[in-house]
Amino acid sequence: MPNDPPSTPLVAMGRRGFLLTAWPWRAVGYLLSTVPVVVTAGVPPALLGLPLLSAVAPDAALGERVFLAVLGALLVSGLGPMAAIPLARLERSRLRLVDARPTGSGHRRPPGRGVGPWLRTRYTESATWRELGYLLLLAVAVPVLYTALLSALIFQLGALAAPLILLGGDGPMALGPVKAATPAAALPYAIAALVLLPAVPYLLALVAGAQAALARALLQRGSGERLQAELVEVARSRARLVDAFEAERRRIERDLHDGAQQRLLSLTLKLGLAQVDLPPDSSAAHSVADAHQDAKRLMIELRELVHGIHPRVLTDRGLVAAMGELADRSPLAVTVEADLPGRPPGHVESTAYFVAAEALTNAAKHSGADRAGMVARWDAGLLTLEITDDGAGGADPGRGTGLTGLADRVAVIDGRLLVSSPAGGPTLIRVELPCDPNDPSSR
Amino acid sequence: MRSERSVVQVVLAEDGVLLREGLAGLLAKFAFDVVAAVDDAVALRAAVAEHRPDLVITDIRMPPHFSDEGLRAAVELRRTDPDLAVVALSQYVELSYAADLLDSGGGRRVGYLLKDRVVDVADFVTALRQVVDGGTVVDPQVIRQLITRRQDPLAKLSPREREVLTLIAEGHSNAAIGRRLVVTDATVGKHVRSILAKLDLPQTDDTHRRVLAVLAYLRGSPTAPEAG
Repeated sequence: MPNDPPSTPLVAMGRRGFLLTAWPWRAVGYLLSTVPVVVTAGVPPALLGLPLLSAVAPDAALGERVFLAVLGALLVSGLGPMAAIPLARLERSRLRLVDARPTGSGHRRPPGRGVGPWLRTRYTESATWRELGYLLLLAVAVPVLYTALLSALIFQLGALAAPLILLGGDGPMALGPVKAATPAAALPYAIAALVLLPAVPYLLALVAGAQAALARALLQRGSGERLQAELVEVARSRARLVDAFEAERRRIERDLHDGAQQRLLSLTLKLGLAQVDLPPDSSAAHSVADAHQDAKRLMIELRELVHGIHPRVLTDRGLVAAMGELADRSPLAVTVEADLPGRPPGHVESTAYFVAAEALTNAAKHSGADRAGMVARWDAGLLTLEITDDGAGGADPGRGTGLTGLADRVAVIDGRLLVSSPAGGPTLIRVELPCDPNDPSSR
Repeated sequence: MRSERSVVQVVLAEDGVLLREGLAGLLAKFAFDVVAAVDDAVALRAAVAEHRPDLVITDIRMPPHFSDEGLRAAVELRRTDPDLAVVALSQYVELSYAADLLDSGGGRRVGYLLKDRVVDVADFVTALRQVVDGGTVVDPQVIRQLITRRQDPLAKLSPREREVLTLIAEGHSNAAIGRRLVVTDATVGKHVRSILAKLDLPQTDDTHRRVLAVLAYLRGSPTAPEAG
């Protein structure tokens, strides 16, 4: 967008009024603060690289040279990252001087706590080595580049001041390749320097911008790392959404159960008691009896509704009991085999339950089956649930949203849903969910 | 001694305030004496120790954990005092709970009912009296589930016999079954004998022992129909 505030000096240079913005000053600040970093960054490679330097010493034998060279290379590559990682972090924060965009580190999060996992992660990821490369590059290139830049600036200032200095009578003065002895001779140079004065901020911004671009390219996440980080974040947020959805279902179920259902039960009981008090065959008794019947029907409806939101038996007694209840409710003859060492974590339990419920419902509604079976097993960190029916088959995840929705739910917790349903049956739906039983989390 | 009391003394344990008050009102109306109404299993044990009631009505799930504290307390109380009548109220059918309770104290003086059953006031009170008088009361819903689970061998029964079996399991005597189905006692007797024979159950005229036998049969593990 052309009207956005520029994010780097290179962009800002192309805008009108560049000289009046803070950008030239930011560039100067960036360049000046680079110097101590380069000095610091130069020390470790210089120290670690000493054997390398002595390897090229003229009076050493070949064996010694090879040994020193290898030792130097080992030292630089072995201990270099230790110096590079903190310096690179400093460089990333310094980048804010000349770059408005946020900069993320390309480092991965170590898999565990402690020094071992951290070291393993850091030494095996490309981000660390890019940082080391950046700092070596900085240590080599910056002294050369800044010296040239400083010489140019000094030359310009000298040319600008030359007529005044020469007026004072100190002559002749060297201006680069030429010598000027009188103010008049120095004047063209001074005028040229004056005309070129506005170019100085541009030059500084150019150098700062180029250096920042290099830093950005080497110190930030690469596109693959960025994509991976985004994927991880998407997966996490999806899991969070599902968890929140699950928690919400439980909350609604609990609220309805503790509130509306209890009240309705109490109300129905009161109507039942009122019926006892009224003379039989009076019109009041009939009205109350009607109301009592209605209330009972409403109790059943509400119970079914709440059960659909989240079955209480699942919360209370776990997956095996809930599967038994599913079998009891199903119009089909359902066998249940369950062999679980304990209760899986809550979200795994719910997912498995809803898969089983959906599969049984489909079998009863669409397949024409009259028998179904459910088998739940846990083995080596994997909960496997298989639902079979002897119906006509032809279940297609692409056709209904039911199976697709289930596959999504299963995928969120890193599980797999497999459907085998040839025409003519039988249908087998298999879910594999990684989990540890007896894990009380998220319950 | 309990048997000398004219009024049945009840300890009531239920954590839902509304239902507890409703039940207390219902019991008072039907001349039960509610000596204590508590809201958790610990208080239930204390109240039973203190009042030595004839009947305990308890919710199965109660604070603090809402697992099966009420049921476990009931089973324990029956172990120390098999004459204590206990009716457990449950939110939903849980066959293993019903089984635990029926296995305590030889299955006499126990009831397992769904909470929703209390709204049919007259039936509920009848069930309570049956339990106090030494009977076994199991919620029809439980029987229905047991029967669906044991569909296979029950296929041998005629629809009418299955109806009769359900009523036996619910604890009705031959006379009561006859009244329900509007048939003579003799006809009921014939059905009952036929059922017991078909299911290989001991022939007995003792209603209670027959109920327990039928329940035990129904609770037996079903032979699995082959899936797939």
